[in-house]
Amino acid sequence: MPTFIGITLLTFAMIRLVPGDPIELLAGERGVTEERHAELRAAYGFDKPILEQYWNYISGVLKGDLGKSITTKQPVMDEFFTLFPATIELSVCAILLAVLLGVPAGVIAAVRRGSVFDHTVMGAALTGYSMPIFWWALLLIIFFSGILGWTPVSGRISLLYFFEPVTGFMLIDSILSGQKGAFSSALSHLILPTIVLCTIPLAVIARQTRSAMLEVLNEDYVRTARAKGLSPAGVIGIHALRNALIPVVTVIGLQVGVLFSGAVLTESIFSWPGIGKWLIDSISRRDYPSVQGGILLIATTVIFVNLLVDVIYGLINPRIRHTR
Amino acid sequence: MNQPVGLQTGEENRAPPSPIREFWHYFTENKGALAGLIVFSIVCFMAIFADWIAPHNPTQQYRDAFLTPPFWAAEGSTRFLLGTDAVGRDILSRLIHGARYSLVIGGIVVTISLIFGISLGLIAGFSRGIVEILIMRAMDIMLALPSLLLAVVIVAILGPSLFNAMLAISIVYLPHLVRLTRAAAITELTKDYVTASKVSGAGVMRLMVITVLPNCMAPLIVQATLSFSNAILDAAALGFLGMGAQPPTPEWGTMLAEAREFVLSAWWVVTFPGLAILITVLALNLLGDGLRDALDPKLKRQ
Repeated sequence: MPTFIGITLLTFAMIRLVPGDPIELLAGERGVTEERHAELRAAYGFDKPILEQYWNYISGVLKGDLGKSITTKQPVMDEFFTLFPATIELSVCAILLAVLLGVPAGVIAAVRRGSVFDHTVMGAALTGYSMPIFWWALLLIIFFSGILGWTPVSGRISLLYFFEPVTGFMLIDSILSGQKGAFSSALSHLILPTIVLCTIPLAVIARQTRSAMLEVLNEDYVRTARAKGLSPAGVIGIHALRNALIPVVTVIGLQVGVLFSGAVLTESIFSWPGIGKWLIDSISRRDYPSVQGGILLIATTVIFVNLLVDVIYGLINPRIRHTR
Repeated sequence: MNQPVGLQTGEENRAPPSPIREFWHYFTENKGALAGLIVFSIVCFMAIFADWIAPHNPTQQYRDAFLTPPFWAAEGSTRFLLGTDAVGRDILSRLIHGARYSLVIGGIVVTISLIFGISLGLIAGFSRGIVEILIMRAMDIMLALPSLLLAVVIVAILGPSLFNAMLAISIVYLPHLVRLTRAAAITELTKDYVTASKVSGAGVMRLMVITVLPNCMAPLIVQATLSFSNAILDAAALGFLGMGAQPPTPEWGTMLAEAREFVLSAWWVVTFPGLAILITVLALNLLGDGLRDALDPKLKRQ
């Protein structure tokens, strides 16, 4: 909660920190007349004392009013939530892929420590971690779209298909629409952005799983489990993995911020109509209310997900659950 | 910290090795770290002697050679080893000069964020009370915002330029450094040598900078190397989004942004700048891993 208040202060201060007069900035190249200037100042409340301005801003925020976009005149809140599902769809697919590949890879690398597999996975993970993902995206486009012609370059679905969004998630909507080929079109648009966005989380999760697993495999209870004749798969699956997963869950939670950062780049390269692209576009259009509202909502999402991770943490770690 | 480690069992050398020698011993055991150091040295060499190494002027436009492919391709020539870009500039020369920007960006970002991060962290660790709460809360707020997004917003406020991009990235990296420094300082403050120093009349400044700080350095050095490589990545990302170095600066990320429209027609314009970023960052990360292993006393005992 104090963090949330801090964020509102930050976003409130932001538009006032921009050099120059906000009204002239909003008016753009055309400029405004004297009386229109005063009118607008009053309309945006810039003529009131700063504390009152902040009070108005925060009471608006609490009522769900984040102001209106300057370019589209739509409420920022509505714009955000129309585009948010696209980003969620992409991020969820990316994090799922990262977990599904990263955890097994890390476990096998730890169990076969020093093997060729271990060295390959760790080398790949370090490369993935060092990857400029915007370049990685371009390489994938060159290869899969340019040379092989397998995947489309941009957007969420082919223009041939059109249906009303129900859930906002293209994969689900395309099935609900019942149109033939719509789902595969949506899927083929999703593949490359997902690979790009999952690269860094995948590398981090694989590395973290391996090191957590190595630590756990040295513990006494693992030796006991082996000594009582449990199969190697049983030892790893039941005794080791559950304990090794605790730090891994923390790391997965920390990837939410990384995902948003990655989404900004991935979405602008693949013209993915999500929050990341919208924010970059809003910044280049100097649409400050949108930027302000977008930042506030993203920060709120990150705080919320971190809370969620804390809860999951308690669920899988009995030590934390019982001390509460 | 400097417990004697049995490196040499020979009778002629029973004295504990100097910390630097001990560090070097552990560092060179790690082949990856050594490879990282070698690659990084090559990048540094290229950056320093760019004017002599680069075959062409990085901003010279050859009107007779737009989008020439690299020399091994059919239409390529050895005149431009890695080909030319859309306005006929030699890509190899631009990459060599770009190394300068990347290293300067990394260096400046690390310096700025270390200076402010360490100062804020020490102040938070020493002062406790309201000042500490204020500093740490501010850091929490910054951590709730995705780093690249925060950097983008800061650049949007300050205006797009290479310097503002560096400033924005430095600000974004502050929270980790502040937290690390504060945590290390608080641990050190409970130790006897600090009390001894206090009793013998050392002032706060002396305590902070001369007594406590040197003992907090190990995690900070590791974090600094990692920040260095991240700074290169983030600066390139900002350049790619048009918010970092502005064209025609041969900064690697900016080069990629300019090359974007040729992604399907001229692969070399896109491939090489990214490869340069990847190799440099990979080398730095290997170096960072090696430093961490060599400086972390917990891992040493294994």
